[in-house]
Amino acid sequence: MLIKRPADIKPHEITEPALYRDRRRFLQATSGAALAFATSGLFLPAEAAVGRKLPDYRKNPRLSTDESPNSLKDITRYNNFYEFGTHKEDPAKHAHTLRTEPWTVRVEGEVEKPADYHLEDLIKSAQLEERIYRLRCVEAWSMVIPWVGIPLADLIKRFKPVSRAKFVEFTTLHDPEQMPGQRRAVLDWPYVEGLRMDEAMHPLTILAVGLYGKILPNQNGAPIRLVVPWKYGFKSIKSIVKIRFTETMPKTSWALAGPAEYGFYANVNPAVDHPRWSQAKERRIGEFLKRKTVMFNGYTDAVAGLYAGMDLRRNF
Amino acid sequence: MRYLKSVIFLTCLLPLALLVWDGFHDALGANPIETITHRTGDWTLRFLLLTLAITPARRLLGWVWALRLRRMLGLFVFFYACLHFLTYLVLDQFFDWGEIVKDIAKRPYITIGFSAFVLLIPLAVTSTKAMMRRLGRRWRDLHRLTYLVAIFTVIHYLWLVKADYLHPIIYATVLAILLGMRMWRGSSVAVQK
Repeated sequence: MLIKRPADIKPHEITEPALYRDRRRFLQATSGAALAFATSGLFLPAEAAVGRKLPDYRKNPRLSTDESPNSLKDITRYNNFYEFGTHKEDPAKHAHTLRTEPWTVRVEGEVEKPADYHLEDLIKSAQLEERIYRLRCVEAWSMVIPWVGIPLADLIKRFKPVSRAKFVEFTTLHDPEQMPGQRRAVLDWPYVEGLRMDEAMHPLTILAVGLYGKILPNQNGAPIRLVVPWKYGFKSIKSIVKIRFTETMPKTSWALAGPAEYGFYANVNPAVDHPRWSQAKERRIGEFLKRKTVMFNGYTDAVAGLYAGMDLRRNF
Repeated sequence: MRYLKSVIFLTCLLPLALLVWDGFHDALGANPIETITHRTGDWTLRFLLLTLAITPARRLLGWVWALRLRRMLGLFVFFYACLHFLTYLVLDQFFDWGEIVKDIAKRPYITIGFSAFVLLIPLAVTSTKAMMRRLGRRWRDLHRLTYLVAIFTVIHYLWLVKADYLHPIIYATVLAILLGMRMWRGSSVAVQK
């Protein structure tokens, strides 16, 4: 065990002030240069999308974590969005080909009002909120992200699902022209995800259209994506073009790709390991030591009731 | 030859130099530990395949001189494998022995990767001229373990990826060709006898 003792000698008593002031100046100068480099060329896709203005939104501290969010740079440069490539930095490089305007979302299945909705019409009458959520990836890393979005429940109420609607299925755009990653059959395109109706109606579940107070960058799932903070990140499907209400459980992309490894529920659960790696800990991006993963990603009080009586080891 | 060897020695250090450079210039991405793990792993496998390419290069292209580089390249395999393992031990797990033992016992891709690393140790230890002399014929047999290490390493890669098998399959194909050439030659030599 590592036991930390306070140092008997303070660092400033060893290093001459002139020397460490110099070092500080050096660090400031180089980090400034690094930032300038980072925000030049490579950063363009995000910047371009951010040009459009997000409608007014209000903060929702009650449903937000007070943990400090990751930097915009980390959130927009480290993404799993296989439609633009399987490496973490691929989406930031390639997602500029995605055209998010105009954008239509088809609503179909077990609803009273199946229709094609323009994105603006979906957002216009809704109250946008900032929600700062933890995001835990199934690959055992995590971030804290300030999303701007609307509760999915608000939209679902407008669509008026009928009583047969037990599940909601979401589909990502399928267009290899705009999404070059779809030219290879890494997954069975288009990407499909789903939620049980009560999960979809839960107040923590949102459709995000913004990040850090601005329009959602393409690589983060523009123009509209799901965010379900107590589930592994792959549930939070990006660039949604279809919402379908169904009576039976949707067949979701990762569950089809690896039925033994990725379940429909995919709730964050440190006690149930991925068959190939442990889920007990996670690396918060920006931190060195891993931290313990918390049940339901720390949202137990809000969501445990949804799964009362369910065997979460079997329904992983 | 001496000059060539020094140049190649320095070239083999370039991946490490680039890693250190990127580290000091905040260019390892949002998850630097993952980047370091991947890059040291990639280079271990690349040097391994390069080492295995020496014998075919000599036979097919008549590059007899290449044989003199084999030991050095082999030791660079071990060098990058050590960096890869140390990254896992120190940066990734930070000496969490409980988790490490569980990983090695329970996670097949770690079991096989760790086995490959352990098998490299006797090869590195017996790489000196004195050891070659002492072991005689047995030295060759021992160093055939390299084939097993290479197979384990490719499987380690195949078993850890999530969905995109392109890169591990490229490496597996190269390895299959390199080993296939040996088997083909082995069988044709046997027929001639």
